[in-house]
Amino acid sequence: MLAYTLKRLIAGVITVWFIATATFIAMHQVPGDPLMNDKAVSAEIRANLEAKYGLDKPVTEQYFIFLGNMLTGDFGISFTQQNRKVNDIIRDHFPVSATLGLLAIFFAATGGVLWGALTAVYRNRLPDIIIMFLVILGISVPSFVFAALGQLFLVNLNSLAGQSIIPVAGWGTFSHMLMPSMVLGLGTMALLTRLMRSSMLEIVNEDYIKTARAKGLSPTRIFFRHQLRNAILPVITVLGPQIAAITTGGFVVELVFAIPGLGRYFVQAVQQLDYTVIMGTTVFYGAFLVLMVIIVDILYGFIDPRVRLS
Amino acid sequence: MRHITVFLTCLLCQFAHAEVEATSVDFHSQTLTIALTQEPPQLNSAKATDQVSGLVLGHLMQGLVRYDRRGNVIPGVAERWEMTETTATFWLRKDAKWSDGKPVTAHDFVFAWQRVADPKTASQYAFILSPIKNAAEINEGKLPVTELGVLALDDRTLQVTLARPTAYFVKLTVFNTFYPIRQDFFESRGDQYAADAKDLLYNGPFKMTEWTHSASLKMIKNEHYWDRENISLNAINVDYITADTRARLNLYTDGKIAFTRLDGETYKDALSQRFRIRRFTTGSTFYLEYNHRPGKPTANLNLRKAIQYIFDPDEMVNRVLATPGNLRGESLFPVWLNGVNDKFRREYPAPQAGYNVKEAKRYLELAVNEIGPIPPLVLLVSDSPTATKQGEYMQGVLLNKLGIELKIDVQTFKQRLAKMTSGEFDIVGAGWGPDFDDILTFGDLLASWNMNNRGRYNNPEYDRLVRLTMNSTDPKTRMDAMGKAQQILFDDAVVLPQYEQGVIYLLHPKIKGVARRVIGPDPDFTYAKIVP
Repeated sequence: MLAYTLKRLIAGVITVWFIATATFIAMHQVPGDPLMNDKAVSAEIRANLEAKYGLDKPVTEQYFIFLGNMLTGDFGISFTQQNRKVNDIIRDHFPVSATLGLLAIFFAATGGVLWGALTAVYRNRLPDIIIMFLVILGISVPSFVFAALGQLFLVNLNSLAGQSIIPVAGWGTFSHMLMPSMVLGLGTMALLTRLMRSSMLEIVNEDYIKTARAKGLSPTRIFFRHQLRNAILPVITVLGPQIAAITTGGFVVELVFAIPGLGRYFVQAVQQLDYTVIMGTTVFYGAFLVLMVIIVDILYGFIDPRVRLS
Repeated sequence: MRHITVFLTCLLCQFAHAEVEATSVDFHSQTLTIALTQEPPQLNSAKATDQVSGLVLGHLMQGLVRYDRRGNVIPGVAERWEMTETTATFWLRKDAKWSDGKPVTAHDFVFAWQRVADPKTASQYAFILSPIKNAAEINEGKLPVTELGVLALDDRTLQVTLARPTAYFVKLTVFNTFYPIRQDFFESRGDQYAADAKDLLYNGPFKMTEWTHSASLKMIKNEHYWDRENISLNAINVDYITADTRARLNLYTDGKIAFTRLDGETYKDALSQRFRIRRFTTGSTFYLEYNHRPGKPTANLNLRKAIQYIFDPDEMVNRVLATPGNLRGESLFPVWLNGVNDKFRREYPAPQAGYNVKEAKRYLELAVNEIGPIPPLVLLVSDSPTATKQGEYMQGVLLNKLGIELKIDVQTFKQRLAKMTSGEFDIVGAGWGPDFDDILTFGDLLASWNMNNRGRYNNPEYDRLVRLTMNSTDPKTRMDAMGKAQQILFDDAVVLPQYEQGVIYLLHPKIKGVARRVIGPDPDFTYAKIVP
């Protein structure tokens, strides 16, 4: 088990290095100039700015400086917010995205498992058809539509009530998180529902279910003890990357609900060619994703001994 | 079941049924809540360049002079001043204080301006100091910062030596680049200066007490501000930061914010909710800039004239932009600029081509004779929906009326700037907002030495007129020169003015005294008060 974990960790470090390198190369290929702004500046100011951000050196040298700094955990200063360190940006805004994301994952996982199991039980009957229709909607409609509708719903709810029941946007209390986390988790919930459904259906025909039925167990007991428990494995597999994807922030949801999360920085940095923030957030997100995958892999080994052997 | 459906439908439909009591304005505590479109990127006044930072700084800081509610220059930290051809002297008021209670002195201005000029600061607004003696040389690294022509004769007297006679120098000092910075505080913060609420010292009507990045900030009345008696608001809370106009409209509807700007889409929703929609002309001009570099088809005068005669500014304003408040684009110089005694545009009406297809075709024929068949032209635009819409409109006009093919090159902000600078375009959709209250803020834009002249227009006569305006203090001489410059811009079809930008916005009816400004922080809530 230790050797297995170690092997995965080393592979993880290589993956993060690869992500960092690929991003670095791609970023420098993007046309445009990170130092350029509305007002044109003189050659002298330009030279000073380049020196400040180390852009005056050859790209290969910049790359090795970046690698060295990355090893010490320093991503430098943001180009757009010139007195903020990238580390501070991640430290300030990741917890917000993570809180929102964990709540979203909670909604998605409970909803996905519940609806998925339900559709499998009622296969090809009305509840199945309705839920699967909603699932297709959840997967195909982009999140900005749900975000806008969700917010409009709150505006009108408050207006009907004549007072603010649930805040329309903003951040701070639990009620602020409700709608955005539901919107954020919707896509994942739809995905998990489908996964859960197919995995449940596969298991229904397994021999051990037939045995359980033959020996006269009650359908509820079969459902909870035998079906659900075995069907949930694939859900856990995708949950790892999904947690990483969701907790690093949904750009659209954060924008619409005015949430100070990392997702906004992640996307806007690319638009504004904010080199240091691009590198910082990508490496952070990449490392986080890799870590989640490793954790899931290890967990998998505990749940299913067959994985460990291979 | 049916009742539930009806209820749910109601919740998603557009019309609000009852009004939520607004918490965005509070009469008893005189508190106002607003949203910002983005996190202020830079609150170091020496380096700030963007509007959001300008808006926040404008409430927190004060320069030598300031604007009153109507936009007239009135005393700020300086109680009086005196101008000559070569100097400007400011006498500072005794009671001007920083938020820690210490007096604002002339040294604070000297220090701040030296920071701006210092090439190590790399301030993008260093050029605005150019009327001050040696500013340009210092910024180029040729002289030490101590050589800057600004001197504290004593704690309360500031003397500026000018590089050239500058008629508008006093007005210039309203701008945030000219705000004071106190040396001991600045040095105590190092790199962290202005990074957080506690890392900034305030001398304006408000001071910032909380700043949660990307989420909120709180400005409260500065008890050390010298004119605090005339400030009604006790607090301005920025509780939300989002660029999404629809989200901001929803917050306004929900009574959470007291001000929001609308765009083409949210305009219709605001109308259907029967909000009172206000309008304001921002003072910025939007125009198409031609590439005048040799070899480009747009370097041909007759081609530019042809496009000039085919463009209908009324159609642009009414059918393409289609939101209230925009004005016809008639000149690079917007209508609000002052002339000798009246507005410049009234004293020197801008020549108009008028929509004339026949004339346009005549010019096109001349152009074809000179440079052969017109190749497809590249129109570079930004990736905003309005810019794309305008581009498509021009595409249609040129193709249908002149048979010229226009390729639209949509680029994000940085990419567009890079292409503008390197000249990879034939025509580019551009705009210009004023930095200071003088015609030169637009006039020198197309001077051959100006780096923002991305089309590289080069006309010695135009340059001569700009220099004349820069170096003269006589209003008549200056405006005559700019009147001639306006004529050249038309005759040479240097740029194609499209519109003067107007914005539409919602403001809670209980707030009075909000100033909208062409120059300076906009909107300005300094003199606002909340009525019961």
